[in-house]
Formats: sequence, C-alpha cells, structure tokens
Amino acid sequence: MSTRTAGGVALVVGGGVVLAVRRLQRRAAEPPRSPGPRSRWRAVTVDRSPEEVMPDQQVPAPLAALGDLVEVEVRPAPGDKGTELRARLRVPEPTGMASAAGRVAGNDPRQRVRAALREAKQLIEVGEVLRVDPTPHGRRTPTPTGALVERATDLAPGEGLL
Amino acid sequence: MKALTWRGVNETAVETVDDPTILNDRDVILEVRLTTTCGSDLHLLGGYIPAMRAGDVLGHEFMGEVVEVGRAVRNHRVGDRVVVCSFIACGQCWYCKRELWSLCDNGNPNPALTEGLWGSSIGGCFAYSHALGGFAGSHAEYVRVPYADQGAFTVPDGVSDTAALFASDAAPTGWTGADLAGIAPGDTVAVWGAGGVGQMAARAAMLLGAEQVVVIDRLPERLAQVRRHIGAEIIDYTSDDVIAELKERTGGRGPDVCIEAVGMEAHSTGPAYLYDQLKQQLRLQSDRPTALREAVYACRKGGSLFSLGVFGGLVDKFPFGAIMNKGMTVRGAQQHGHRYIPMILDRIAAGEISTEHLATHVMPLDQGPEGYRMFKNKEDGCVRAVFQPGR
Repeated sequence: MSTRTAGGVALVVGGGVVLAVRRLQRRAAEPPRSPGPRSRWRAVTVDRSPEEVMPDQQVPAPLAALGDLVEVEVRPAPGDKGTELRARLRVPEPTGMASAAGRVAGNDPRQRVRAALREAKQLIEVGEVLRVDPTPHGRRTPTPTGALVERATDLAPGEGLL
Repeated sequence: MKALTWRGVNETAVETVDDPTILNDRDVILEVRLTTTCGSDLHLLGGYIPAMRAGDVLGHEFMGEVVEVGRAVRNHRVGDRVVVCSFIACGQCWYCKRELWSLCDNGNPNPALTEGLWGSSIGGCFAYSHALGGFAGSHAEYVRVPYADQGAFTVPDGVSDTAALFASDAAPTGWTGADLAGIAPGDTVAVWGAGGVGQMAARAAMLLGAEQVVVIDRLPERLAQVRRHIGAEIIDYTSDDVIAELKERTGGRGPDVCIEAVGMEAHSTGPAYLYDQLKQQLRLQSDRPTALREAVYACRKGGSLFSLGVFGGLVDKFPFGAIMNKGMTVRGAQQHGHRYIPMILDRIAAGEISTEHLATHVMPLDQGPEGYRMFKNKEDGCVRAVFQPGR
C-alpha cells in the first residue's frame, strides 16, 4: 500500500493547496458568508433533462430515503452535459477528529449522501445499480494490506471527492 | 469452477472458486473459451497496483460462449460466440454516449479509490484490482459480464477464436491510441513497445494512413513479428540509438506521432533505467516512465504523444519543459474498445489485421502459473500465454 499511500498523500497535500488558493480567490471576489460551519453541495451530473431527473419535483428514491437529512435540488448543467443533481446536509458537516473517526467507522453522514447520489444517477441513467458482490474468488489469506483494501472497498460507495 | 488467482506478489495459483451468477439484469454468464495474459497484468502480479487482494481471479482479455443471460439483455442469446471488451461501461452516461467508454460513470462500483488517486473515477475493468471495480477475471471456466449488450460482441463466422481473442483488448487498445493521437495521412508514427498492444497500435496507424511506422523494442522475436505480421519498420534499442535513428529516418524532424505502449515497468539500457528502478523499489515513485521520456524527446516540434501503456500513479523526472516548449499535444486513455471492436472484427475477417500470431503459447488453465512465469520472463519467445479453461 505504500505506493498508493504516498501518491494519496501527495494528491491530498497538492489538492489542499489548490483548494486553499481557490478559497482565498473566491473570498476576495465574493461577499463574506455568514460565520459558522456550513455543509457543501455534493453533486452528480446526470445525462438526462431536469424533468427526467426529478419528475414533478419528486426526489430520486435513494435521496428521498435520507429524509430530512438533506436538501436536494436540480439545475441544468452547462454545455449539454445534462442535469446537476445536488444534495446538501441540513446539519453542519463533521470536522476534525469526529470527521476522521466517522469516515473510518462508516457512519459519516456525507458517506450516505455520496452513496445516495451515485445510486440515484445509476437508477436514472441505467435503471439499476451495478453490483459486484458476491464475486468468485480464491482463498482470502488474511493480510494487513488485504484488510485495508477490504475496508476501503466497503467504504468506497460513500467516499471519494464527490 | 477452476480459476487462476493472484496469491501475492509474483505468485499465482489455480484454485476452485464459486461459479459466477447473474447479479444485474444486464449481465450474461460466459463459458470462457480463450483468455490471455496481458502486459498490464504484470503490474498487478508485481504488486505495483496495490488494490489487489489474495484470491482475486485474474484475466481481462477473453472470448467465449454465452451460457446464461439476464432478463434485460437484448443483443445476446445462449450459444452466442462473443468477444468481450476488457472495460465495463454502461452505454447510458454522458461519456459512453460520446464514445469515451473507458471513462464510464457507472462501470465502477468502487469509485472512491480512483477518485482519491486520480481526481475522478473511470469505468470498471475485469480483474484489474478493486480500484477498477473488483470484478472477477476471465482466467476461469466462467465469467460474469455486466452491461453485456454494450460490452460483448458477436464474433463473425470466419473469425477464429484465437483471432477474436485479441479484439478484447490488444487490438482496440492499439486502435484507441492510433485514432486519438490524431494521425494524419503521410505521418510518421513511432511506437514504443512491440507487445500485443504496440503491434496493434502500429497496424492501426498504418490503416489510418501513416506513411511510415517504426516500432521500438529489444526482444528479437517481437521485432520479427512486427516485420512479418504488421509490416512496420523496427528499431532494437539495445543496438541502436533510438533518438538518432528516428532523426535520421525522418529528415531530422522526429516522428509526427509518438505512441507509448510500454507503461509503468519500462526497461532501457541507460543509467536512467537504474535510477528509475531504484526510485520505484524505494516507493519514491510508483511508475518507471523511461520509454515515455524518450518518446517526448523523440517527437517532432508540434507533434503528438499518446500514452497507451498503463501508468498507475506518480512518475519522476518527467520532461515537461520539452512538452511545453516543443508545443506538443499529449493524450492518454485506457481503451474505448466498445467504439472499435465491431470494426476490428470486420477488419480481422477481411484480413487487414492479423492477431493470431500473438498467441505464441497456448495451454490449459491448469498451467496458468507456468504461463505467467514464461510471459513475465519472456521465456521461449513468449509474446502472449493463452489459456484454455475448457481443456
């Protein structure tokens, strides 16, 4: 895992710098926001019209299942790229140690939002959610890297940059 | 069923595993007739793609017969003889509709892993680690094929199983590079790597109108195949200075288009190879870009470079100054095979593309570990080891 870890650290550090710069640039250009924590819009772009993504303003089922946890909206994507389906937690996102612990444990609410967005996109575009398990495999020798890959895979639907 | 599995770094085994089942309505189950090793498997075998688990079934380049269909499958029936694209793509998202199939939004159930690594996830791929979906591979008696209407292609009568096999990956990957590199009639194209993908890229370049195609490698049996079956020129980098030779053959300009079909475990004869090996083994870089660097230097001003060989993460000492100052265009991609496979099968049937010669070593699946050893070490002139699970 060390290669990927090193790559991941470099990407995270690099990405953090870029985000920080962009944030400063945006702050210079935009009026100041109200103080306090906020939740970010998370989005998938669906290759369908807004009416097909949310017919009669009906929220796609995986997001509807989150109930009051999120607010949901759609808006046309520019350049004939379909529709942006966006969801945002109504509560502030976890930060610091609580965030890290929740993500590792798999109970961070952002993971539910990402997974629901991805499922909604697949249901709208394809009609079903692609499965991979159970998949044929040989003997799973217990190893530290195997355990890491297994955990990362378990968390994959709800993690990532979304 | 029997399957060839990855057990750890450079260790494979034939094991008994569960049969695959239909999991989605668009799946088919295939009885595998032929399945081949691919150079990109060596990155998995060697532990350079770290999201593998012991027990994963290997193999992503294959053909066979449909034995079961999901209820939403429209294009295939039990008994169809098909070749399957290595990449798994839905056919319904923005990328698939624009024929950028390997970038499919809905083909990888584990998107977080590649989003973390590359900033975005791409489509799924059979047996290419859990980062690309964790799908079981084709080195087995049976394999599940998701999105079968999109990814499985009926093999025309008159195209042998062996010829069709390489329409799964080597030929469409080569075609992807040659097509997207923007080859124009009259161009000179240089291809680094004379394995299956490099040979197919060279042939595609010729069919797309290149006037001169040069393939670079060190293995005499592969260079001989390039001459005999592809009809391209060759350079043996162990006996020739590649840059000087290309300059001489192109009137001092350099190739218009350079296609790198080597990837993250490149070899070379210079000190850069030792440097790259050291850094890779110390995990200070994940990939050895030796051939890629050479392609950048060789390319003419304003030329085009296409990265076809598989790279996983970070490379070091990449000559970006040359790219910027020479005004080069750089592209890369995994194969958009769905876009090319029907055309490739037709060209194989018409005798325009030769693929059967790549199958230098055909053997039962039980000999899979031996086949991978031969393939990895290039023993006995092995270009591709091909397994027959039914034997």
